[in-house]
Amino acid sequence: MEIIFLLIGISLVLAIGFLFLFFRAMKSGQYDDNYTPSVRILFDQKTKSPKNKTTSTKSK
Amino acid sequence: MKLTDHKITTCYHCGEACGDGILHLDDKDFCCTGCKLVFEVLQENDLSSYYDIAPAPGATQNTVKGQSNRFDYLDDAEVTRKLLDFTNDRESHITFNIPVIHCASCIWLLENLHKLHSGIIDGRVDFIKKKVKIKFLQEAVSLKEVVQLLAEIGYEPAINLSDLEGQASPKTDKRLIFKLAVAGFCFGNMMFFSLPEYFSEAELLGSQFHGLFNYLNIFLALPVFFYSATDYYKSAWLALKSKTVNMDVPIVLGIFALFFYSLYLIIFLGEAGYMDTLGGLLFFLLIGKIYQQKTYDTLSFDRDYKSYFPMAVTRLVQDSEEVVPLANLQVGDLIRVRNNELIPSDSLLVQGDAHIDYSFVTGEEVPVAKHKGQLIYAGGRQKGGPIALAVQKLPSQGYLTGLWNNESFEKEKVHSLESLANQTSKWFTLIVLLIAFTSLAIWSFSDMSLALKAFTSVLIIACPCALAMSTPFTLGNTLRAFGKSKLYLKNAAVIEKMALVDTVIFDKTGTLTAPANASVEFEGEELSAEARQIIKAIVSHSTHPLSNRINSWLKGEKGVILEKVEEIPGSGLRAIYKKQEFLLGSRDFTRADADSGKEGGNHVYLAVEGQQFGYFFIQSGLRKEVQGVVSQLGQDKSIHLLSGDHHHEKENLQKILGEGVKMKFKQGPEDKLNYIKSLNRQGATTLMLGDGLNDAGALKESHVGIAVTDRITNFSPASDAIMDAEVFGRIPAFLDFAKTSRKIIMASFGLSFAYNVVGITFAVQGLLSPVFCAVIMPASSLSVILFTTLTTNYMAYKKGLTKR
Repeated sequence: MEIIFLLIGISLVLAIGFLFLFFRAMKSGQYDDNYTPSVRILFDQKTKSPKNKTTSTKSK
Repeated sequence: MKLTDHKITTCYHCGEACGDGILHLDDKDFCCTGCKLVFEVLQENDLSSYYDIAPAPGATQNTVKGQSNRFDYLDDAEVTRKLLDFTNDRESHITFNIPVIHCASCIWLLENLHKLHSGIIDGRVDFIKKKVKIKFLQEAVSLKEVVQLLAEIGYEPAINLSDLEGQASPKTDKRLIFKLAVAGFCFGNMMFFSLPEYFSEAELLGSQFHGLFNYLNIFLALPVFFYSATDYYKSAWLALKSKTVNMDVPIVLGIFALFFYSLYLIIFLGEAGYMDTLGGLLFFLLIGKIYQQKTYDTLSFDRDYKSYFPMAVTRLVQDSEEVVPLANLQVGDLIRVRNNELIPSDSLLVQGDAHIDYSFVTGEEVPVAKHKGQLIYAGGRQKGGPIALAVQKLPSQGYLTGLWNNESFEKEKVHSLESLANQTSKWFTLIVLLIAFTSLAIWSFSDMSLALKAFTSVLIIACPCALAMSTPFTLGNTLRAFGKSKLYLKNAAVIEKMALVDTVIFDKTGTLTAPANASVEFEGEELSAEARQIIKAIVSHSTHPLSNRINSWLKGEKGVILEKVEEIPGSGLRAIYKKQEFLLGSRDFTRADADSGKEGGNHVYLAVEGQQFGYFFIQSGLRKEVQGVVSQLGQDKSIHLLSGDHHHEKENLQKILGEGVKMKFKQGPEDKLNYIKSLNRQGATTLMLGDGLNDAGALKESHVGIAVTDRITNFSPASDAIMDAEVFGRIPAFLDFAKTSRKIIMASFGLSFAYNVVGITFAVQGLLSPVFCAVIMPASSLSVILFTTLTTNYMAYKKGLTKR
């Protein structure tokens, strides 16, 4: 059963690691705005199209 | 350009109906040159996808007319320094507030600004807060150019005086979330290490584990005790220092008893402590705290005149203009104010025709005409041509702005109203201490260690966790219910004050009256059906408030197609129909001779081919709910009405609102404040409802100040709550529900007392065990959370508050 000492150690280190990651995410502002990213991800990453084609984008 | 067909054409950029000045480009229609220009700029820079993300995403550029040098003040180094978030020798960061952000296209365009100008590194939009953070290289582009670029594409940032004075943006306290995270983490792990204690099977593990687990618990309790709980120590200490007892005092007693008694048990006796209970306690308490702190990010409750006044003003120096920051304005300076610009200080009209719209100050949106030599108060907006003014007072010293120098604005709103929780905790703490010491005394005759155990047990079990949870969860839920029905409170503490209100004070203009309810009468020759259609067509060409009112009065009429129509700002409208000239506007403009003799309203005269037809008499109308609201509130509250107007409407108002309503007319901003002050001094608990900057003093001084506004995101003065004008009729229901939630708090106090009585009965006998504690504490907290949440939401549903 002594292995439990080791396991407890590992589990605590893991949990503290997650707590630390959460802190870092909070500080970096990840939770400041939880709406805009949901829109941002839907934008197409269009490559630059030639000038004569730009007028055709209006058709929807 | 003439309109040839009847189909309504909408602008490709802004989606608004085009007038008769349709512009074409690439077989797309635009309502004005502004919209077309934006389209051209975007197309040139290969940003046409803007129009694919959302249809007609732009804001109309029709009304936007600015002079080109209006951003010159941004070249001022001092101004720039205050506005920037960050700067080094290469790049600068700035956050703009852009109120027109409204759709996905806006986000897309503002995040692709770098395609418009190579000097811009990137833009990042916060959609909810309507803010964009822009990083730019100051070598390549100046702050002024960035703002000009934004204005050019229709996203002019709102920069005002308050931006210059520190960037205090009150947010949900991040540290509280950190504290909660730590408490939650420690609580979860401590539960694991405590479980073996609670199950006899764990004996298999052997005794060395007991020691390890107990010491691990101490280790995990340290951050909870020294970090997560610190707010409670501070609050309790402050209360004790001012010789009162608040809810946090018994909580801190409980925390100390839990921690030190557990230390004693683990270190000296080698028994299991109560550390897991301590973790759970803080975890639940902090959840409650956060739940109560719901804020409305898009709303601002602390705005004063500074967030409304412009940052710069055009000064005339020897016939040339210069744009100077408002702070540099001196008494005696000559300034120029153009159409739609704000009068920044009390000044004399020197040149031009002034038509001042005081809607932000008084709530009355029909412009007031001023003549040369008259004094114009700050806060009005010029409608019409440019005017020149001589500054009489500094911007901060004016008739209106002087209000903010009043002592009421220096102190935070502290009122003698004590929250229910704090009232209760006084005698609660006393009783708990009494029981604790009595049991200590009684047991000490027989068994000293048992006496100690009983003493600490009482303190532990009586720790008013559930009690402390009742208030935040009830109020937090009430806050959300109010929010759903469009009453947005600054914080949860306002609810308790609302429950005690016994005096309601209304501002008249803009609060009780509404433009939409204006009464319109036509005096003169009866209007033929055709005449009505012509008038309808004429007024729909103008955005003047009086035109709008006539327009809505002619609802249902179909406008004819006019040959020509033009608006002469400050005078009226001129239209040509079937070769006849129609004039609609002021008396001078239509050359009307007869004065109507009616007072207290606005006149709009109609003349056709120089011949008088009569006039429209327009009076501001009361909101239709007013009568009901006043009579309902009048049952158990005293009602007052303050108005800046003359008292010509008094009789009429008294008839509609009832005799019981006390009315005061000709009240200036300062008078309103003093009136509330005198009511407060008489012991009244006051609720002020106002809408303009001139009510700011009264809103601040009253116990509860509610700003009524037609559009929530628009400007509203500093207040405790912002209410959408359309729910005006629900005011009695709101006050009633505030009372209900007070009752719910009391009921849940009862529930948690029941837990305490059971707990203390065990505690005084010295029967308390860690397992018992670990079960009853979370159970009582959870049941109180459940009870308050369910009852509050059920009551809100029953009273129809959650319906939109």
